[in-house]
Amino acid sequence: MSEIYHFFQQLINGLTVGSTYALIAIGYTMVYGIIGMINFAHGDVYMVGSYVAFIAIVGLSMLGLDALPILMAGALIASIVVTSAYGYSIERIAYRPLRNSNRLIPLISAIGMSIFLQNYVMLAQGSGSKAIPNPIPGEFVIGDSAMNGVIVSYIQIVIFSVTFLAMLGLTLFISRSRLGRACRACAEDLKMANLLGIDTNAIISLTFVIGAALAAVAAVLIGMQYGVITPNIGFLAGIKAFTAAVLGGIGSIPGAMLGGLLLGIAEAFGADLFGDQYKDVVAFSLLILVLLFRPSGILGRPEVEKV
Amino acid sequence: MKRPILEVRDLCMRFGGLLAVNGVKLNVYERQVVSIIGPNGAGKTTVFNCLTGFYEPSWGEILLDGEPIHGLPGHRIARKGIVRTFQNVRLFKDMTAVENLLVAQHRHLNTHFLAGLFKTPAFRHSEQDAMALAAHWLEQVELSAVANRPAGTLAYGQQRRLEIARCMMTRPRILMLDEPAAGLNPRETEQLKALIALLRDTHGVTVLLIEHDMKLVMSISDRIVVINQGCPLAEGRPDEIRSNPAVIKAYLGES
Repeated sequence: MSEIYHFFQQLINGLTVGSTYALIAIGYTMVYGIIGMINFAHGDVYMVGSYVAFIAIVGLSMLGLDALPILMAGALIASIVVTSAYGYSIERIAYRPLRNSNRLIPLISAIGMSIFLQNYVMLAQGSGSKAIPNPIPGEFVIGDSAMNGVIVSYIQIVIFSVTFLAMLGLTLFISRSRLGRACRACAEDLKMANLLGIDTNAIISLTFVIGAALAAVAAVLIGMQYGVITPNIGFLAGIKAFTAAVLGGIGSIPGAMLGGLLLGIAEAFGADLFGDQYKDVVAFSLLILVLLFRPSGILGRPEVEKV
Repeated sequence: MKRPILEVRDLCMRFGGLLAVNGVKLNVYERQVVSIIGPNGAGKTTVFNCLTGFYEPSWGEILLDGEPIHGLPGHRIARKGIVRTFQNVRLFKDMTAVENLLVAQHRHLNTHFLAGLFKTPAFRHSEQDAMALAAHWLEQVELSAVANRPAGTLAYGQQRRLEIARCMMTRPRILMLDEPAAGLNPRETEQLKALIALLRDTHGVTVLLIEHDMKLVMSISDRIVVINQGCPLAEGRPDEIRSNPAVIKAYLGES
């Protein structure tokens, strides 16, 4: 019996981490899908999101508004709004002027932007770690006891539900709405979409904003679960989410969702088998294996040579 | 005589050391079908690319209703009513036929995106209009039956017609077709000819055509412009072009 509990415990932990990877991965995959560029500053956009959430929570608490719904909503809204503005501005300043240059150049610009954001946050907030309080502490146990059962914390439930809602919203937006249609058209053929009268620059900005907003959601959730943020968290989170996006098939939104969840689960079970310090080894081995054997990812389509 | 809807003066396009287009001029009047012909590599498609904002011309002027449009970004030119197809089919292959049409409707849907979120009456109304127009054009090109199939799964001739329908969704004043008959069988070419005539006569569209099928060009064109090696060679009615010695020489070589 305890093996089954153990299995489900790892599965739930993996899904929790994985759903936040998926949220960040969408930012990579949407941008890649439309302009074919890897936005290496995306992980740092996520980091900015967690700092904004931290500031919002501290600020609200200082004002005495520390009721749980206010803290959650305040952190989410502040983080989404400010981080989206960062996403938009980064594209405008660092990528758009380089749109028609060699593919390598925006990539270098992205790396520069990533270093800039890290140092900027270090200057503004200090290089030490900050603590985000978990507004919803507590957990419940499925099974006989904590030793022989599955422990699910309330914050995990929140992470699942918020991620699920965000994914559902995004899926509906992309598949049903008029702007979503324009996004899909741009992803298939940017120049043609432009010639049909779609303002492709606006759509590109929109994908950066959506990506940043979802990264902000992930930042708030992960911040609350782990409780500690530093200016360097963007790097690892970014690389993990990038792995998730590649695993699922970069350019594909369902792929990013699936890739994130799979990566989270693989990490959880990998850590369980080989020890916690091998968690990242498992994740990046997976990246190498995918690149070797299925470079287009699980749901990605093989790159067809354009005529 | 009336002012041309589209005037091209002294258009030049240079790629490094290659002068791909050299001094091309065009006067296109409303409700005409004007064909641009010339040997392969003559610069016909480059002219199209300049007209639609794909390239910024190195020299020269492009006037739509007397207003310069050269150097404008593609979507701005599209919004002024110029739309084109390409030599290869460039549909959004993963989207359904009807979605392909609805995308092209984008520029006429001026409602705010928040309106879409809250489904305001104005939004629903414009969405209904878009659907009605899409249904109309699917019927015109005889694709109503495959409206919900992904565009990439349609037969080649159907894809070609869908592309023209998609262009028409933008309510263009000038429709530019780059080798629309390439790869079509004779029956499909006849259908295409009827469709172009319908667009001109019923919908009042001006058509610019690049085409190698001389039978189609001669039968549908009001005027023909011949380009050779980037330079304008001749211009006139189909019967004038047919008997023009310079044109015959360019096509058949020195006799």
